[in-house]
Amino acid sequence: MSDETPVSVSDLHKSFGALEVLKGISMTAEKGDVVSIIGASGSGKSTFLRCINLLETYDKGEIRIYGERLNVRPGGKVDNRQADRIRRRVGMVFQNFNLWSHRTVLQNLTEAPIHVLGLPRREAEERAEALLDKVGIRDKRHQYPSHLSGGQQQRAAIARALAMEPDVLLFDEPTSALDPELVGEVLRVMRALAEEDRTMIIVTHEMRFAREVSSKVMYFHQGYVEEEGPPEQVFAAPHSDRCRQFVSQSFDN
Amino acid sequence: MFDLQGFGPMLLLGAWMTVQVALTAAFFGILLGLGVALMKLSNSRIARLLGDIYTTVLRGVPILVVILLFYFGAISGVNAIARSLGHTQFIDLSAFVAGTAALSLAFGAYATEVFRGAFQAIPKGQIEAARAVGMSRFTAFRRVSLPQVWRLALPGLGNIFLVILKETALVSVIGLEELMRKTEYAVGFTRQPFTFFLFAALLYLAMTIVAMVVLQQLEKRANRGIVRGVGA
Repeated sequence: MSDETPVSVSDLHKSFGALEVLKGISMTAEKGDVVSIIGASGSGKSTFLRCINLLETYDKGEIRIYGERLNVRPGGKVDNRQADRIRRRVGMVFQNFNLWSHRTVLQNLTEAPIHVLGLPRREAEERAEALLDKVGIRDKRHQYPSHLSGGQQQRAAIARALAMEPDVLLFDEPTSALDPELVGEVLRVMRALAEEDRTMIIVTHEMRFAREVSSKVMYFHQGYVEEEGPPEQVFAAPHSDRCRQFVSQSFDN
Repeated sequence: MFDLQGFGPMLLLGAWMTVQVALTAAFFGILLGLGVALMKLSNSRIARLLGDIYTTVLRGVPILVVILLFYFGAISGVNAIARSLGHTQFIDLSAFVAGTAALSLAFGAYATEVFRGAFQAIPKGQIEAARAVGMSRFTAFRRVSLPQVWRLALPGLGNIFLVILKETALVSVIGLEELMRKTEYAVGFTRQPFTFFLFAALLYLAMTIVAMVVLQQLEKRANRGIVRGVGA
């Protein structure tokens, strides 16, 4: 592990009141890794992901982003300036898209580059148009999010995260809020990103996708990492019976 | 229909004063409401307490009483300060200042609750998304919350404005020459109360209708992009 390691987490603990949701989680994502996190709902996988860009705080353990240790003091105090800096490098895509409803698609993409990075509007717009082209919704650039389908909204949200040119991308169940027929278009975009050698951490229920694109898969169970390894191992020959059961159930559905 | 016996221009002048009072109260009331709403939503217990006291008092005391308290209280206060500074002359506070100040405070108290509800109605995920791209709390507030709070608060603010527009009539008790006061002059001269009060009623109604049309336009503008098919 070095300063070149995008994300390294060791022994992360977190409780919501009396409920311990993360019970000592460690992981590393090297450059170009695609790490998929699977597991039943309530296993702590979303909470874990949200700790990485400090949308959630944690009680114990440590997270390093390119070697920089995140400052989280007990009691949930975040170093806001560090958080703002880290978040510029660590993009996030949410389950519910969370596009800004008062801005057009294009404005959703230019907002942060202009107001966080200080990019000139022209440059931000060129970058945004290229990204919209890439996710296939350039023709929607002047529409408001509410005029788009869920799949289009999620592709716009991915493009919004990319507009910051992040070093790491976090995906929090990006297809869970979508109608089944719209899942494919979002996965296609994500697959293309994975093939570009981007560092990605994906919380997902899409087992087939996870098996095909991941360099590493982690199976979470009740706040622990119950199984982890390359997809061939986790999906085909897991050590844990619970993981085997979970995986086979998921593929049946 | 109406024989205004030459009082027409005077009444219109009064109506203009009414509009000025209402707009001034709306302007300061909105600023006040926004500020106090933020206090009420803040982490500081003292700020929240102050906000609660303000809205409770201003919503619990009749606006007429607030106007009178403000007028006479401010006059004695200003004069006490003036005396302590060596002034001997009695300073009269303008009825416009006292009246609009009282109405602004009342407007602000109701607007506080409207803004508070509006801030809470902004989807949390949108603010999270703003933080997740590295916006500071302030930038997220300015670029994501504030532009949307306007849209969400507009119907409630419009409602308060229509109420306050009519409550301006109360400022006549401290001598401000607005529509009600002017109407009473005309009634005193002509001894035709029904004609003039009816005329005043129609003027208030006309102002209200204009305000409603303007508010509708503002709401339409604020809602572009929200309702399917509008403004895309």
